[in-house]
Amino acid sequence: MVAHRKKKYSTGEGAQFISRKAALKKLQLSLNDFRRLCIIKGIYPREPRNRKRAQKGAPGIKMLYHIKDIQFLLYEPIIWKLREYKIFNRKVGRAKAVKDFKAMRRYLANHPTIKLDHIVKERYPSFIDALRDLDDCLTLCFLFSTFPSLPHIPRTQSDLCRRLSMEFLHAVIEAKAFPIVASYSTYTIGFMPEIEYGIFACCYYYQAEIKGQTITWIVPHHFSFEPQSKAEVDFKIMSTFVEFYTIMLGFVNFRLYHTLNLFYPPKFAIMDNPNEGEKALADENIFVAERVAALNIPLSKSVLGGEEETEIDNFDLQENAEATEEARKEIESIKVLKNLFKGMKFFLNREVPREPLVFIIRCFGGEVSWDKSLFIGATFGETDESITHQIVDRPSMEKKYISRYYIQPQWIFDCVNTRSLLPVSKYFMGEILPPHLSPFVDKDRDENYIPPEERALYDQDAVEQMHKEESADESDKESPNKEEEDEEDLNENFKDVEVSDDKKVKLGVTPGQIEKEAPWKKKREERQEYKLREKMIKKKHRNLYKSMMNAKRERGKQAWLLNKKRKLHDEKEKVKTKSKKKINN
Amino acid sequence: MRNINSNLKRKQDENIPRSSKSPVNHIEGDDQDNDEYFNTIEGEDADSSDSDRELEDEDSENDEFSDDEEKSDDETDDSEEDEEDLDDETEDDLDNDTDEEVDDETDDELDDETDDESDDNNEEKLNKDVEAKENNERNSEDIEEGDPELENDISKKRKNINLLRNKKNIREDYTSNTAESGKFVRIAKETQNGKSSKGNEFRIKTKRKDVVSSTENDEYADHDTSDEEDIRNTVGNIPMQWYDEYKHLGYDWDGKPIVKPESGDKIDDFLKRMENPEFWRTVKDPQTGQDVVLGDEDIQLIKRIQAQKIPDVSFDEYAPWIEWFTSEVMKTPVRKFPEHKRSFLPSKSEQRKISKLVHALKMGWIKTKAEQDALRAKAEPQFYMLWTTDDQSEEMRRIHKHIAPPKRQLPGHAESYNPPPEYLFDEKELKQWNKQKNDPSKRKLHFVPQKFESLRKVPAYSRYIKERFLRCLDLYLCPRAIKMKLTIEPEALVPKLPSPRDLQPFPTVLCIEYEGHKDMVRTISPDPTGQYLASGSDDNTVKIWEVNTGRCLKTIQTNDIVRCVQWCPNTALSLVAVASGNRLLLLNPHVGDFLICSKTDTVLKEASEIISIDAMEIPERVRSSVKWEEPSDEEYNNGIRVCLKHFKEITQVTWHCKGDYFATVMPDGQNRSVLISQLSKRRSQLPFSKSKGLIQSVLFHPLRPLLFVATQRHVRIYDLVKQQLVKKLMTNSRWISTMAVHPAGDNLLVATYDRKILWFDLDLSTKPYQTLRLHGTAVRGVAYHKRYPLFASGSDDRSLIVSHGMVYNDLLKNPLIVPLKRFQDHKPHNDFGVFDVKFHPLQPWVFSSGGDATIKLYSN
Repeated sequence: MVAHRKKKYSTGEGAQFISRKAALKKLQLSLNDFRRLCIIKGIYPREPRNRKRAQKGAPGIKMLYHIKDIQFLLYEPIIWKLREYKIFNRKVGRAKAVKDFKAMRRYLANHPTIKLDHIVKERYPSFIDALRDLDDCLTLCFLFSTFPSLPHIPRTQSDLCRRLSMEFLHAVIEAKAFPIVASYSTYTIGFMPEIEYGIFACCYYYQAEIKGQTITWIVPHHFSFEPQSKAEVDFKIMSTFVEFYTIMLGFVNFRLYHTLNLFYPPKFAIMDNPNEGEKALADENIFVAERVAALNIPLSKSVLGGEEETEIDNFDLQENAEATEEARKEIESIKVLKNLFKGMKFFLNREVPREPLVFIIRCFGGEVSWDKSLFIGATFGETDESITHQIVDRPSMEKKYISRYYIQPQWIFDCVNTRSLLPVSKYFMGEILPPHLSPFVDKDRDENYIPPEERALYDQDAVEQMHKEESADESDKESPNKEEEDEEDLNENFKDVEVSDDKKVKLGVTPGQIEKEAPWKKKREERQEYKLREKMIKKKHRNLYKSMMNAKRERGKQAWLLNKKRKLHDEKEKVKTKSKKKINN
Repeated sequence: MRNINSNLKRKQDENIPRSSKSPVNHIEGDDQDNDEYFNTIEGEDADSSDSDRELEDEDSENDEFSDDEEKSDDETDDSEEDEEDLDDETEDDLDNDTDEEVDDETDDELDDETDDESDDNNEEKLNKDVEAKENNERNSEDIEEGDPELENDISKKRKNINLLRNKKNIREDYTSNTAESGKFVRIAKETQNGKSSKGNEFRIKTKRKDVVSSTENDEYADHDTSDEEDIRNTVGNIPMQWYDEYKHLGYDWDGKPIVKPESGDKIDDFLKRMENPEFWRTVKDPQTGQDVVLGDEDIQLIKRIQAQKIPDVSFDEYAPWIEWFTSEVMKTPVRKFPEHKRSFLPSKSEQRKISKLVHALKMGWIKTKAEQDALRAKAEPQFYMLWTTDDQSEEMRRIHKHIAPPKRQLPGHAESYNPPPEYLFDEKELKQWNKQKNDPSKRKLHFVPQKFESLRKVPAYSRYIKERFLRCLDLYLCPRAIKMKLTIEPEALVPKLPSPRDLQPFPTVLCIEYEGHKDMVRTISPDPTGQYLASGSDDNTVKIWEVNTGRCLKTIQTNDIVRCVQWCPNTALSLVAVASGNRLLLLNPHVGDFLICSKTDTVLKEASEIISIDAMEIPERVRSSVKWEEPSDEEYNNGIRVCLKHFKEITQVTWHCKGDYFATVMPDGQNRSVLISQLSKRRSQLPFSKSKGLIQSVLFHPLRPLLFVATQRHVRIYDLVKQQLVKKLMTNSRWISTMAVHPAGDNLLVATYDRKILWFDLDLSTKPYQTLRLHGTAVRGVAYHKRYPLFASGSDDRSLIVSHGMVYNDLLKNPLIVPLKRFQDHKPHNDFGVFDVKFHPLQPWVFSSGGDATIKLYSN
């Protein structure tokens, strides 16, 4: 008996990967069904370590799936539903073709439905996993919630997206209301208009930390929908994604609400319109208005009286002393954050984007309202004397109240990003706004340029320096006198030196002087040493090190360039202000 | 309304045989002429062929017939007929079969009354009847364009009537009938057609009334003559303005054009108004152009219509409701024959349908409403507590080695709608950005930062949906792989080495420069005591320097380029081997201890005397490659004591540690390129009979009888006693330049032209223990310190690097190599930098000779 020759690619990478075509054949699905299944189940192609071997020597680049992933799909009950769908489609098509509309209607009424609950649990073993992967889910749901009725996108889907995204926002708002939860659910909310390819997008980036997971989501303006060409965007694919994401977000919401002691299908404390959703569909504007209005209403809680603060008990444990101290500090900071806008009453002018502002202000404990005649849900009018801040986004206003600040919306965002109340003076109506900084940049990165405004936020000295620079302009007149004085001082010093020299000659003894090593020398030496040491890097790491250093150098160059540009800009500004002053004088 | 109508219709259909039956009773007593008449009718009209109808009903029948024709066109007439039928039918219904005789009696009574009237009157009535009928037909003509068939019929009927007139004995009771039918017509108008048909009906009425009024008066007394009556337009129901341009208005029965009557001018009109008392009720008939005077009834009708009352005066709106169709179930059936059996049995087809439905219900193909609602509620996603805890996962089948999708990169300052001013592009950057339009991936930023004054002015972003879509595509189409990403700082990759400060002493500063040579100094060699330094240069000279002062003590001129000088390691001898061209010169520099110098001279002299005896024994191969010669007197005065003339150019000479043997290398010598000579015996030998390649350098092992031979790529170690190859070191480099052996003899440094310095641990392996890439260009010189753990290397990049190379006695511990200091003081000369590097034999000092004709001493 001759031993059989081993076939090529029957082991190793060649056996581990399967091309998409082969996968389709194995699963006996059409490409569309396979795509849908992949999206729902979260199956993706994988990059093999050795592509040539993985695609069994075939040339070109094939889409390769791991064989285990495909086997995993093989046992999915949804596949049967997809097959049912195929038959359903055939039946409906036939009924339509023979004009048997009665039968067609009957078929349509009994269309097969796919349940995705088990897949949510399968893809996200724990709640934390689901939270970790919530970014795309939220972003897409928020996008779909702005969609009008479209082909390929069922109306119920965008409706559900609206509901769920709203519920999530409420959960974020309410998360602070219960300190038990808040102790491990803090949130930082950043705002950032995104710009890409020269076209400016104003979408809001929110970042919230829930259960230790940082969740970032992007919310477009409600008018962001633009019809897309078929070649550009396939709404069917997005719709399939949303089909899964809605279910996922629903379960996440459910758990969040329950951990917050809220009723899950949320009950609004004041307003309850069961038919709100349907009405909202009628008019886009009304929808937005009601959505915002709902944000302004507190939810009713399943357990009442949860307002009491949690205190961390003082355990006399030596080892945990530091930890408890840290925890206490954290709780303290959360407390501060919660009450950032407490006691403030905001009134939004009509030109201000309401949704993000209402959400943020409510998150940080402020009270908001807007013009009653424009949108529903206003809690107080413009004439209310107790309003502390009116948010405006226009150069001037005819009627002003003395009792309140008229500020631009950026103040809110900047306050939230810096987690402190900034002075309002720079944000008054009609003022040129200070730059809006991204809260997402990594501050610990070396060779990174930090704009002076940002540095001022973290470093008190830098603030003083900035103030000094500003004041320096004003004190320019005084400075020449000072310089003269300095010169005189110097002259005196010189005289002293001469005198002392004379004395030395007379004495004939010179005290020994400690020779000071120039600091630059030492530095240079160190640098040289380092350079030699650099040459001892292992061959394995040499290229990596080189590329890392190159990147570092590049960053440094960028930072230097930005610094230079800033300096030039500041000088220009200085000249401008000076000339203005002169003109004024 | 429609329902009632159709009901009536059905009833009427059912009644036809009955109504035809009852008149038969009347006819029974009539003449046979009647039968004839019926026969004629039978022959002509298919509709009435089977019915033996009474003559009196002729009118109605006629109407019915026309009705059949009109049905589709005008509903009013239709309904008219319906009502007429209804009349008969209702009568019959009420009377029922039992009352039939009574009915007949009453009819007879009526007939009797009419009989009383004169024959003339009868005739007149007949005439009237005909006229009325004609009028009716005219009405129908109003609607249909004179149907020829209809006309034919009518003419036939007219003939029949004439016939009848002759008979004169026919009982006439239809006048009342017609009157009644007229009434019904009106009711039907009101109930069925509503206001819309009012105008139409009005037209019909006026005409009929016109006729009536004319008939009421004397036939010819009125200004309306019967001739004028006959004027009938055959154009039909067309817009009359089509005839505006013509003189005529249409055509009469005979096909003659109806000329438009003269319409007077306004004066005539005025006069008419003033004179004619009936002007106000005169109306122009658009069909004939004739003036028609409306009767009182018409006026009343018009008034009633204007007042929005029911046009018929006699109609009582508030009359008690007569229930024509009782809701009570009668005991006796309506029909004579019993119901068919199938009317009691369930319908088969229905049963089939029902069974189908039941089956569908059972199978769940169709659902009841409650079920449907329940299903719909179920179809909506139901959320519940899916995860019981936050972070504990349940065991279940999951995706294999899941790779989570990477998160989206977050925007920085530049993306802000109001970025700090330094992030905005200046002109140069913008230009650069625009220039890279064809290759956007090279751009520093993929967008141009812009500044907006306020949030209000930020426009919407058109690519948002597209980007989200691309992200979706990435999520399910992009192949994923785990890529290790280093989060370390680059400094962490640099090996942790002891600080040079801790490894002192080593040369740190340039101490002395030895200047005097006129060309590149290829080689240097310190004397074993460390007081003097010999150097050989391209200017054909060998110079002896005093190390401490930098003074050139002696310059010895040779005939060729000096490629190598080597001080004899034997301290008892003051001898320097100089390789100049293809001559090897052994010279006594006469520096240092005088005794040693003079003793060297005497020793060499004695040796030369011995040699002369043995000269004959030298084998031919050696004799042809080297010749021991005595220097000339001049050369002797210069210090040259022995001179070995080689057959090729010598590049290197090296002493054995004892100072008796020395080896010379002639790379061009092929299998005779290495020559080992013994000074004491003045004898040379060629150790290798085979060429192993281009020999670059040879070295004696400091302790054992081993010879290192470096060819272009490998280093071979030969045991000189056993005369065999011990080891072959693989350098893995292109071209070896030189090598140096550690004083302990276990480690070897090999310098190569491809920038590397290889440290071989001879005990460890034949591969380099460490490859040092300290230099940027070819390494030309390398040296170990005899006493300190130091080694140095010099290369063409003008740099001299001193490193710490500690070799431990413990075999398990690997040598420690730390580069300590880099000097770069030599000036470049024809791309040459440092040629040779040598350590001071006692002090941690290092000498380097360079292409710039200088020698430098670095001390600690």
